[in-house]
Amino acid sequence: MPSLASPPPSYDDAIIKKFCIATVVWGAVGMLVGVILALQLAWWPANLGLEWTTFGRLRPLHTNAVIFAFTANGLFAGIYWSLQRLLKTRMWSDTLSKVHFWGWQLIIVCAAISLPSGWTQGKEYAELIWPLDILIAVIWVLFAVNFFATIAIRRVKHLYVAIWFYMSMVITIAVLHVVNSLAVPATLTRSYPLYSGLTDALVQWWYGHNAVGFLLTTPMLGLMYYFLPKAAERPVYSYRLSIVHFWSLVFLYIWAGPHHLLYSALPDWAQTLGMVFSLMLIAPSWGGMLNGLLTLRGAWDRLRTDPILKFFVVGITFYGMSTFEGPMMSIRAVNALSHYTDWTIGHVHSGALGWVGMTLFAMLYWLVPRVWQRRLHSVPQATAHFWLATVGIVLYVVAMWVAGITQGLMWRAVDEAGQLQYPNFLDTVLTLIPFYWIRLLGGLMYLGGVILMGWNLFKTATAPAEAPATAQEVSA
Amino acid sequence: MSDLTQQDSWHRRVLEHKAALMAVLSTVLVSIGGLVEIVPMFTVEQPAIAAGHGDMAPYTPLEVAGRDIYVKEGCYNCHSQMVRPFRAETKRYGTWSRAYEYQYDRPFQLGSRRIGPDLHRLGGKYPDAWHWEHMIDPRSTSPGSIMPPYTWLAEKTVDPEDVQASLTALQTLGHPYSDADIDGTAQALSSQAGQIIQNLSTAGITAAPESELVALIAYLQRLGDDRPEEEL
Repeated sequence: MPSLASPPPSYDDAIIKKFCIATVVWGAVGMLVGVILALQLAWWPANLGLEWTTFGRLRPLHTNAVIFAFTANGLFAGIYWSLQRLLKTRMWSDTLSKVHFWGWQLIIVCAAISLPSGWTQGKEYAELIWPLDILIAVIWVLFAVNFFATIAIRRVKHLYVAIWFYMSMVITIAVLHVVNSLAVPATLTRSYPLYSGLTDALVQWWYGHNAVGFLLTTPMLGLMYYFLPKAAERPVYSYRLSIVHFWSLVFLYIWAGPHHLLYSALPDWAQTLGMVFSLMLIAPSWGGMLNGLLTLRGAWDRLRTDPILKFFVVGITFYGMSTFEGPMMSIRAVNALSHYTDWTIGHVHSGALGWVGMTLFAMLYWLVPRVWQRRLHSVPQATAHFWLATVGIVLYVVAMWVAGITQGLMWRAVDEAGQLQYPNFLDTVLTLIPFYWIRLLGGLMYLGGVILMGWNLFKTATAPAEAPATAQEVSA
Repeated sequence: MSDLTQQDSWHRRVLEHKAALMAVLSTVLVSIGGLVEIVPMFTVEQPAIAAGHGDMAPYTPLEVAGRDIYVKEGCYNCHSQMVRPFRAETKRYGTWSRAYEYQYDRPFQLGSRRIGPDLHRLGGKYPDAWHWEHMIDPRSTSPGSIMPPYTWLAEKTVDPEDVQASLTALQTLGHPYSDADIDGTAQALSSQAGQIIQNLSTAGITAAPESELVALIAYLQRLGDDRPEEEL
């Protein structure tokens, strides 16, 4: 049994509760918007005939909510918990922690208003308008100050591997965000980027790809390195592997952005660099995956009963799958088929739903009972969530693979006379509609699982205090 | 595993006890790739593109207004503006996209998913009236289309002062607008819109010249229209 020991009173756990709640709430909101978008593609009247609810305005809301509201809040919850414990010190400033939390939620609320209003920079995953970009930069810097100051006052000399990954996120996201967002404002809600055309495209995908790298990958690996050994009660498999894959990952990742621009008018040398470095990324990515999976050696039997380990294993497996798929899609010949199709959408979701989602769920099921010092309300419900999520992802991803490859092949199909076999673009769209319904079903299952988790964790946190007595005994 | 307990490995001694050094090293490592890829775009590629085709006209005020609407409505979420150099693509859309054609595109709108077709060679493909009908009721021109209708674009109007603010910002960024161009924004808007209104009225469509949809049509008709004579 994992112990329910209460933390020494010197840790700030109130901030972790806040971030946990925000993760679940924004996760449900962001995924609900995703489900609405899935419905809109299968059945266009779901655009509702209103300017605020069209696909074009809601999709940025979905992507921003899942990346910057669900994932980022989850990362912050895990980082504030593990950083304090790994360094055996309270956060340097509780005030800065609070400013970070409320500032971040303010940004999310502003995004929820501005994006449906059509106030956008028009760059994928960087849509927020310039005043919000400034706010993000300020809040992030305050978080960075608190983060590094906490490291400076640490009472443990050694920095555990999780912290290396967190550190690379804090630094890199700041650089990416600032460089990509530089713009000249025309009005309060509109600005024009400093870069134009393909330079803008290259900067944007350097940002976009590495937002995936340094928000959805490296800090998530950091969480894995802390919470997986805790949940499995096994030490990390290989210390040496963690060193090798950390340094190679942070070095190689940043180069891969141009794989989003293959066969564009971007200079060939840049495209080739993007492709080659994407292929090299398999090695450090799988280093992380293997180190995670092998950490479970000797604990595999607990997979039958422990939903937390189930979530971890499927999450890490999806990490391995999508970090194999990504490099494959970066090969020019494959990209020629996959680019601009739903294959890309499937790939993103195997990363976001599979790796990020499942890992954060595992963390929340482990963390919430410990922060609130209650026993998890229902293990069967957590197991039900696991199956809903897993089947949901599989439906989603397989539907998108089939849809993507189908459409890609239809676009390029020519008859014996060399004429396009499907000259009417719409023919290639209407073929996909059945798969869009399957995707909707998968998304609904995944969302249903998250709502079930929200209920389970709510009941956990609000349960009458019976555990604390035990916890006090343990810590005394 | 033997390496689980390597308490005195060089990595631990040199780096894991020194947070600042680790932070600096991480920063250096993540900077290299970006610098190698992005800096040459400014120093070599972009100037070469501009020098080769420096005479390309910037967007007119009405096209700027239309492009802002294109960005605002998030058209890039479903439409690309990048024809790849494949036979199947050039047959479907027209000649492949050149680098210089994007030189006044802020933000770039290459897109990442074609839920609808590529639009980079859309200009001149259909009459203005087709675009009007298509935006009001996509299924009237394209049976089975899954695009939502954009009826409000016909009602909403373009504010000349707003466009002026855009042109001023773009001028700051080096787009070749003279001060006189910017002063004449309102006039330029109405004269180009007047042309489109006229085209629409011959098809039996009554439209206000300041409507957002007219500006959007101006932009859509401009797309893919910038190839020099010898490439057409």
